Amino acid sequence: MTDEIVIKAEGLTKRFGDFTATDHVTFEVRKGEIFGFLGANGAGKTTAMRMLCGLSQPSDGKATVAGYDVATEYEQVKRHIGYMSQKFSLYDDLTVEENLVLFGGIYGMPRKKVQDKITELLQELGFESERKTMVKSLPLGWKQKLAFSLAIFHEPSIVFLDEPTGGVDPVTRRQFWELIYRAADNGITVFVTTHYMDEAEYCDRVSIMVDGRIDALGSPMQLKQQFHGNSMYDVFYALARTAKRGD
Amino acid sequence: MKALPYLLTKEYKQMFRNWLLPVVFILLPIAMMNVVPRIATQEVKNLTIAVIDCDHSTLSSRLIQKLQASEFFNLYATCPNYQTAYDLLQEGRVDFIVTIENEFEPNLYRTGGADIMVTVNAVNGMKGGLGNSYLTQIVMQYAQELSYESGAIMRRPVTVEPRYLFNAALDYKPYMIPALMAMTLILLVGFLPALNVVGEKERGTIEQINVTPVSRIEFILSKMIPYWTVGLFIVGFSMLLAWKIHGVTPAGSIGLVFLFNIVYVFTISSLGLTISNYSDNMRQAAIVMFFFIVIFILTSGLISPIASMPHWAQEATRLNPLRYIITAMREIYLKGSTFHQLLSQFIPLCIYGALASTWAVTSFQKNN
Repeated sequence: MTDEIVIKAEGLTKRFGDFTATDHVTFEVRKGEIFGFLGANGAGKTTAMRMLCGLSQPSDGKATVAGYDVATEYEQVKRHIGYMSQKFSLYDDLTVEENLVLFGGIYGMPRKKVQDKITELLQELGFESERKTMVKSLPLGWKQKLAFSLAIFHEPSIVFLDEPTGGVDPVTRRQFWELIYRAADNGITVFVTTHYMDEAEYCDRVSIMVDGRIDALGSPMQLKQQFHGNSMYDVFYALARTAKRGD
Repeated sequence: MKALPYLLTKEYKQMFRNWLLPVVFILLPIAMMNVVPRIATQEVKNLTIAVIDCDHSTLSSRLIQKLQASEFFNLYATCPNYQTAYDLLQEGRVDFIVTIENEFEPNLYRTGGADIMVTVNAVNGMKGGLGNSYLTQIVMQYAQELSYESGAIMRRPVTVEPRYLFNAALDYKPYMIPALMAMTLILLVGFLPALNVVGEKERGTIEQINVTPVSRIEFILSKMIPYWTVGLFIVGFSMLLAWKIHGVTPAGSIGLVFLFNIVYVFTISSLGLTISNYSDNMRQAAIVMFFFIVIFILTSGLISPIASMPHWAQEATRLNPLRYIITAMREIYLKGSTFHQLLSQFIPLCIYGALASTWAVTSFQKNN
């Protein structure tokens, strides 16, 4: 991990009518870091993440990702990031290989390189036999691993993961985090939202959002000291119960 | 444009993996070309009549025979009195009542004139009007025949001899078929794109596309080009069906038919994609597209001629892309018009296509 800042948000805000989904959040993420983005349902995590990915325009404030302004240079931002949405969003009616070829092609990777990478990737995942399988017939855990691999397939410098392990069994979740660590080791900055507090412990630093604001930010160790808790669960509970917004 | 081949591969694979679509691409043109021209006819035939012959003479029964012999009329019943015939009309069994007065033959011999009363069911005004004029024609011919027979020296009456151009047999099919092709196209390559982008929104796959640096033009082109190829296939297939089933072929150039349809398919698939871009779910897109298709078809001149619409409605049809293609297709099929003669249809269609495709690209939002 270096001190180079790759994500910088200052007063980032998104309003929908008179509802403020994300309310002046300010934080920085360093290169190579695994940054956990926590919060209850409806706290504004996904909204914030969508702004950082250049999918949504900020109503106020400013953010840069990989050095590009998300409000104006969002197409540049998209060249440097990978994204895995909360809802599974690969093409169900294409095979594993076809999905990877498609997105590799969209990012302008040479055909030969795409083929080599697919072989390598499927070997790593133990997926070789599923190369020509339709994505819709894969089990959920495999789909999620595939979606993650696809998000980092074009070797982005930052990857955004929106609740990547939702609905996944504990064994697969563990394997999933191994993939995340491997990506971080390769220098990819990981920005991840989750509801699982054990996963929060795996992060280098964690922020906790309550009602659209960031109420806590620090390493899991620091936060536990600050909020006098034994685990991230205690920290989260202490903050989340102050929330006014319901589900 | 590096991503386009990849996106196109994806679109074609998805299109043909959905087993229903290729089946519809084949079946709909068959239904439209085979069945519809046979049933969508405005020719009035098989009108039923009831006759009340109060005279029972040679001359009156000859008139009844003439009516019976006509291809337009079927004699349903001969009634003893008006009330019985009127009941049949009320029940919908007959469309016309022909009453021959009881001194028909004597009056003809005595005065050279006699009366026939015709009662018409005019619920369907066109059917009633046309039927009445067919009937009048038969009676007039009969009257002429009688006056020749009686040796009356008549001045040669004024007769009109029409020469029908372009569709000498006044057949309805060559008129309807080119228009039905345009309608088949809007139902497929207008409707399906309307469900496409919004379908990706519903499934969530659009997120994964929006987060890539793919350009909007490339993405929209990848949606449009498959419908373009399907549209041109349907044009060719429909032309083949029209030729094999009905013997209807264009009097003009086949190349011109394709040229017009390239622009037309481009226009309607752009409109479909634009609607898709603005919709939040497939139901919304389907209802909006349905609304436009119904309005477009009704104001296209497919069924009722544009020239007989009120002035404001005629002006409004200029916003209807179907109007230009239907006019052009009919002109090419029946009159054999040339490109030069059809410029007045081609230019508005091109402008429409340019606007619609620009709108389709700009309304696709990767960032909002």
